[in-house]
Amino acid sequence: MRLAEAWRVALDALRANRLRSALTMLGVIIGVASVVILVAIGTGTKQKVEQQVEGLGSNLLLVVPGRLDVGSAPALSPLTLDDVDVVARVVGDPDRVAVTVASGATVRAGSRSDFSTVQGVLETTPSVFTRELSRGRYLTGSDVDTSRRVAVLGASVARALFPDRDPVGQQVTVSGVRFRVIGVFAPLGQSLGVDRDDEVHVPVTAAQRLYGTQRIDGIAVKAPDRERIEELGDRIVRELGRRHPGTEFSAVTQKQILGVLGDILGILTGVLAAIAGISLLVGGVGVSNIMLVSVRERTREIGLRKAVGARPRDIGVQFLLEAVLLTSIGGLTGMALGVGTALAVAAVSPVPAAVTWWSLALAFGVSAGVGIVFGVVPAQRAGRLDPVVALRSE
Amino acid sequence: MTAPAIEAVDVSRTYQLDGVSVPALRGVSLAVAPGDYVALVGPSGSGKSTLMHLLGGLDRPTAGRLSIGGRDVTSLSAAELATLRNETIGFVFQAFHLLPRTSAVDNVALPLVYRGISARQRRDRAAAMLGRVGLGHRLDHRPNQLSGGEQQRVAIARALVTDPAVLLADEPTGNLDTATGATVLELLERLNAESGVALVLVTHDNDVAARARRRIAMRDGIVVADSAGERHDRPVRDAGGPPDTLVPAPSAESRSASGSGPGRPSGGTGGAAGATGRRGVDEP
Repeated sequence: MRLAEAWRVALDALRANRLRSALTMLGVIIGVASVVILVAIGTGTKQKVEQQVEGLGSNLLLVVPGRLDVGSAPALSPLTLDDVDVVARVVGDPDRVAVTVASGATVRAGSRSDFSTVQGVLETTPSVFTRELSRGRYLTGSDVDTSRRVAVLGASVARALFPDRDPVGQQVTVSGVRFRVIGVFAPLGQSLGVDRDDEVHVPVTAAQRLYGTQRIDGIAVKAPDRERIEELGDRIVRELGRRHPGTEFSAVTQKQILGVLGDILGILTGVLAAIAGISLLVGGVGVSNIMLVSVRERTREIGLRKAVGARPRDIGVQFLLEAVLLTSIGGLTGMALGVGTALAVAAVSPVPAAVTWWSLALAFGVSAGVGIVFGVVPAQRAGRLDPVVALRSE
Repeated sequence: MTAPAIEAVDVSRTYQLDGVSVPALRGVSLAVAPGDYVALVGPSGSGKSTLMHLLGGLDRPTAGRLSIGGRDVTSLSAAELATLRNETIGFVFQAFHLLPRTSAVDNVALPLVYRGISARQRRDRAAAMLGRVGLGHRLDHRPNQLSGGEQQRVAIARALVTDPAVLLADEPTGNLDTATGATVLELLERLNAESGVALVLVTHDNDVAARARRRIAMRDGIVVADSAGERHDRPVRDAGGPPDTLVPAPSAESRSASGSGPGRPSGGTGGAAGATGRRGVDEP
């Protein structure tokens, strides 16, 4: 029997039992749709996080004391501004080196207050990280040199403290010390659940005085050469290690951060897809069940087809195609439903969703495969039926 | 002498039911010549259905030799047997066995599907065949839109569309009223005469059997009478069963054996020996 003919026969058989075919497909539809939706959400989340990490600035190298392992406690930093000069010499360009000394502090303006992250930074920060201002100006070298008490507010802080007026030129107090607002950052949004707009930048010198310390928490370097970023990291770590014997330093590239985050989110996406896959499996069992019923119902037809010359293989292929057709149509419908839902979710909710071609191909392949796997037993049963017995059946 | 279309030599078929061997056929020998018209008669349980399944290649004998279209079926796989059926045999069943929701022309074309013939050619040949059975105007009707007689004619067209050597008809008039049954029977006989397809008719209707050129009577899994023996001086297996199985038949056979031999006027037209033989298989 020609394959085209077998397809036609299979399609006719499904049409003959529309409601039953539709209900059987529903299991596959739900399974495939949930695979597509959950993978889309997983992928979308991953993409968004990666965008945010990349948004920190490219060629970024973060230098911190201690090892950057999961579970290792953050070491107390021995770094000072002198080390920053050393790093700047290694890099060869002081403008490419930024620092931070950060602490949570209450920022007040009149009767309003906001608890935010106050970061002591150098004037080089905008040339290392991508930070845009919506108002005013950023810190200057002289602000840092003279420990001037000036502050640049994150968008959330500005909104909380000055909901109805321009913050630039206004006074705020940080832990009781007065600072003058000179600028406001453009909003960045959330990253990994952290509000990145809830921060205040002040000159590192002013921050050290405020916290009564000489330390800085970490150094960020924008590498001049993307190809040699890891080598540069090694040199910085070596140099700092020599200045602070007994302390370990780490230089982490953006790529490494992306790698770790990507792994975690990839596993998460995989787990979601596997859970959705279970429902696809259940749908497949439904297909198998219905195919067995179909074989029993059409025993006489099978007997007749055999009598007029259908080989066992012809009958088997016919029923296998029927199962594959059930799951394929279900799969395509599920894909459409999944894509539609994923796009709707992305449009109306903050949950990101990105439909990927591979997830569609996978979902369709798996649903067609489910048809084959769960269609084989009923198809074999049909193919092996004794024509004499089959013809006699009621 | 032409080779027989189907030849069975000492064929037996035993079923295993719950571990018990139930013999359905116990050593049957017969040959169906090309173009022959044979009625296979016998009460239910006589093994005539089993024999028909064997002759049609739907089943294989447990012992003996059976060849269909010159091929020994015992050595064939299920797939080879299916192809052999497709090429050599046409089936007509009591219950028509048409595919529901399928047009007459598609029902008739079904055997051609398994020959890999293109859809256009299938339709042409099926339509031509339906024309021959007088249903050229009903090509696209579905079985439920056709009368019983029309459905059986569709089934006959389906059986003959492959141009088989043998047409096996299992109680073809059993589900039809007398008048319709007669029409269907006439059609089968006409096709038998026209196309030279051998017609093997399984029936328990004596009026139907009376019309056949040759009658084979069965009882308890053996052939108890074969009118071909009278014509060709073939040895007919004697009724070895219980004495009450055949009342007048043995006398008919003995008369035949002791009679004048060839040239007896009992052959194709249903003479005296045929009539007594027929009566012989009637239920007491």
